[in-house]
Amino acid sequence: MDFSYSYLVLVLPLVTFLFLGLMGTRLSRKTAGVVGTSMMGITAVIAYAISLAYFFGTDQGQIIEGIRQQIVAWDLTWLEFSEKLVIKIGFLLDPISAMMLIVITTVSFLVHLYSLGYMQDHNHEYEKGLQRYYAFLSLFSLSMLGLVVAPNIFQMYIFWELVGVSSYLLIGFYYTLPAAVSASKKAFIVTRFADLGFLVGILILSYFTQTFDFITLTSNPTAAIETAGGATFMGCSVMAWALTLIFMGGAGKSAMFPLHIWLPDAMEGPTPVSALIHAATMVVAGVFLIARMFPLYCMEEGTMTVITVIGAFTAFYAAAVACVQSDIKRVLAFSTISQIAFMVTSLGVARPELHEGVGYMASMFHLFTHAMFKALLFLCAGAIIHAVHSNEMSAMGGLRKYMPICNIAFLIGCLAIAGIPPFAGFFSKDEILVAAFEQHTFWGIWMMLVAGMTAFYMFRLYYKIFWWNNPDYGHHTPHDAPMTMSLPLIILSVVSIVAGLIPFGEFVSWNREAYHIHLNYTVAISSVAVAVVAILLATKLYLKENEAPAKMAKSFKGLWTAAYNRFYMDELYQFITHKIIFERVSRPLAWFDRQIVDGSLNSLANLANSASFAIRKLQSGSIQSYVYVYLIGVLLLAAITVICLI
Amino acid sequence: MESVGNIIMYFIIALAIIVFSVLTVTTGKILRAATYLLFVLFATAGIYFQMGYEFLGAVQIAVYAGGILVLFVFAIFLTGKPGKASEPLESSKKKIGLSAAILGALVCGYALFSKADMCNAVVSQPIDVTINNIGSMLLSTEKFGYLLPFEAISILLLACIIGGIVIARKR
Amino acid sequence: MDLTLLMYLVPSLIMFCCGVYGFVTRKNMIAVLISLELMLNAVDINFVVFNRFLFPGEMEGMFFSLFAIAIAAAETALVIAIIINVFRMAKNIDIRELTKMKF
Repeated sequence: MDFSYSYLVLVLPLVTFLFLGLMGTRLSRKTAGVVGTSMMGITAVIAYAISLAYFFGTDQGQIIEGIRQQIVAWDLTWLEFSEKLVIKIGFLLDPISAMMLIVITTVSFLVHLYSLGYMQDHNHEYEKGLQRYYAFLSLFSLSMLGLVVAPNIFQMYIFWELVGVSSYLLIGFYYTLPAAVSASKKAFIVTRFADLGFLVGILILSYFTQTFDFITLTSNPTAAIETAGGATFMGCSVMAWALTLIFMGGAGKSAMFPLHIWLPDAMEGPTPVSALIHAATMVVAGVFLIARMFPLYCMEEGTMTVITVIGAFTAFYAAAVACVQSDIKRVLAFSTISQIAFMVTSLGVARPELHEGVGYMASMFHLFTHAMFKALLFLCAGAIIHAVHSNEMSAMGGLRKYMPICNIAFLIGCLAIAGIPPFAGFFSKDEILVAAFEQHTFWGIWMMLVAGMTAFYMFRLYYKIFWWNNPDYGHHTPHDAPMTMSLPLIILSVVSIVAGLIPFGEFVSWNREAYHIHLNYTVAISSVAVAVVAILLATKLYLKENEAPAKMAKSFKGLWTAAYNRFYMDELYQFITHKIIFERVSRPLAWFDRQIVDGSLNSLANLANSASFAIRKLQSGSIQSYVYVYLIGVLLLAAITVICLI
Repeated sequence: MESVGNIIMYFIIALAIIVFSVLTVTTGKILRAATYLLFVLFATAGIYFQMGYEFLGAVQIAVYAGGILVLFVFAIFLTGKPGKASEPLESSKKKIGLSAAILGALVCGYALFSKADMCNAVVSQPIDVTINNIGSMLLSTEKFGYLLPFEAISILLLACIIGGIVIARKR
Repeated sequence: MDLTLLMYLVPSLIMFCCGVYGFVTRKNMIAVLISLELMLNAVDINFVVFNRFLFPGEMEGMFFSLFAIAIAAAETALVIAIIINVFRMAKNIDIRELTKMKF
């Protein structure tokens, strides 16, 4: 099969970005939106064609002995520094990149469509630059697509950074709001800090393996690991360090603890952006990165343990915080962190020998379903915010009467994320739990507990928005969103219902061999039981307005306050950066720089200056004083001559 | 033993040199300074005559008194108000000048008096310096001939004339 | 009473020291030049009297003075040209204010 036309997937968003970015101000808002959306639609169609051709193509060489082959559609040499240091731009097709193509273009297209309605009047004074908004969205789509199809780690790094930039631009889209500006800076700095680890990891890895190429690296991971020749650094092998550092980059983008602090703040951006970037696509880049290099990671048991522990802890932490937040977008943000942590944990516990590497498949499956239902939830949240003009739960309640479509869509999303069959989340989460149990019962029970918390906080959110009480909305009655906004909700609802039924394992597995998903009924039944119990608990507490939640909050006051303040992680960062780094490190360094480094040079300059001032009187320009000095000199010489010689 | 006339002549000349030298550098009015210089130059010419170098004395009068001094006077008239006394000197400046002069006098005086036997030399024999003699020596290439310096000074004077014109001409 | 060499050297020394004093103290450039002429003249006298008293058979001292007078004339002419030029530009020939040349 010829995939050479796949360059269109990258070129079309690029052209759109350039067109809207350069010419956007000459277009009307509506035209710009329509242009951006339709270009994204075309891109989506092409991406679907590529993916479907890849998955269902019957050509010779596409599947050899049951293994799907990795296909490099095209590969251009971009920079050639030396014989070995060559940076290429290419297009790698394999199950996960084809799957990501579908996810990204679907969500991106739906978000483009949704934004046509959402960005129309809401917050209108901030939304002068709709053209700019669509240009940035195109830039983001381009970078994300470039990231997932990268056949070498360097291209991935480049697009990785581009994704970070477009995320920064979109979070700070309402640039007149100080909160948005600082949130965008925070997101950029934190992820850049993590990317430092990524870059160092890339350098170490490629220094030893002499290649950036994913296929070379992963087709023979043992050889790649052995290129380091058992070199160690601080007690760990160099390759473990390299992979851990690369994971650090992934953890930054995927908001793993302790680098998660930027994601809740990133909700300052427009809600469709949150749906696209901070729920469905960009934040799973870290998961995708580990999956891409999975055979290498399998070789380093220590790194896998690190990944598992960080993922499991983040899942629990974020779920705990999500239980008490009052801003609906924050709840969804922490839910996103928690769900991505599920995927990371799933990769961390995956081993080729354990149940045919089910963790890998589960992680990718969850990535796929989560992208759909989390985008759905965010877009619903956008519609709700659009309707009531507030992010706070206290301003909502009883909305089921006013917004029926939104109500149903949100409920479907909640059921999906809670893991109730037959919704999408059930199947993927079940596989993750199976993988966790395969690794160790502890991880299995831990993740099941977190899954229960997920169900609880999602239904708390749902009830608080749509049930709870019936506040008086006054003359401004909330109503369902317009069709451009409702249509994506409906599409994503349908997808969220049926996505779990896709035989995902047939397409994606760690060794690209078809894998038959079969439910583990023990795990499935117990996880559903936990979810149902959690939902019932949430129903009891939040269905009708009552005092029980407030009482509970009071009786667990310390815990509740700590969770509400996200366990003081932001304060901890503030403390570390300001009190320790700025005060104790930067300030003395600045002092040293100013007083000692600059000071020594300045004092030298001052010395020369004052010396010049002191002796400049000698150079008076007065001939008479010169002559006088000269005469004195001559007289001295004469006196010496007279005294000594005569 | 010198003739009395010669001795009287010497004292007049020495007195004139000392007095007018001092006056030249101490008077406040520049035109007076030039005049006192003229007297000093005449007295110097007197020494030359007394020594028997009549040609040198004549040159001294012609060139210095007749030429250079006239130049001075013209310059004084061109550059300022000749009658106006310059403002009195600051004492610090005076001290500096005096110290330099006295120090120089001390060093030279010490040198002179430590060579007392040389300084006590007297005129022993008459000399015969005729114009004829001087002329042939100036243009001679023999030993003690001065043709080369003579030509060099001619070139120097020419250069001086051209330089004077170039510097002083209006631009 | 004999007229010794010393008796001619002393007025010459005094003349020279007056020249030094004048050169260092005077403000007017022409006065400075006059002081310079005094010093030159003192030197001329020395040449002549040394010649007359110590080497009466020779004429080097006299010729040296002769050339010195010629050079002094040339130098004076040139310096006066410079002074006039300076005066034309600065409207002033006070030597203490003409310190621009130091830069």
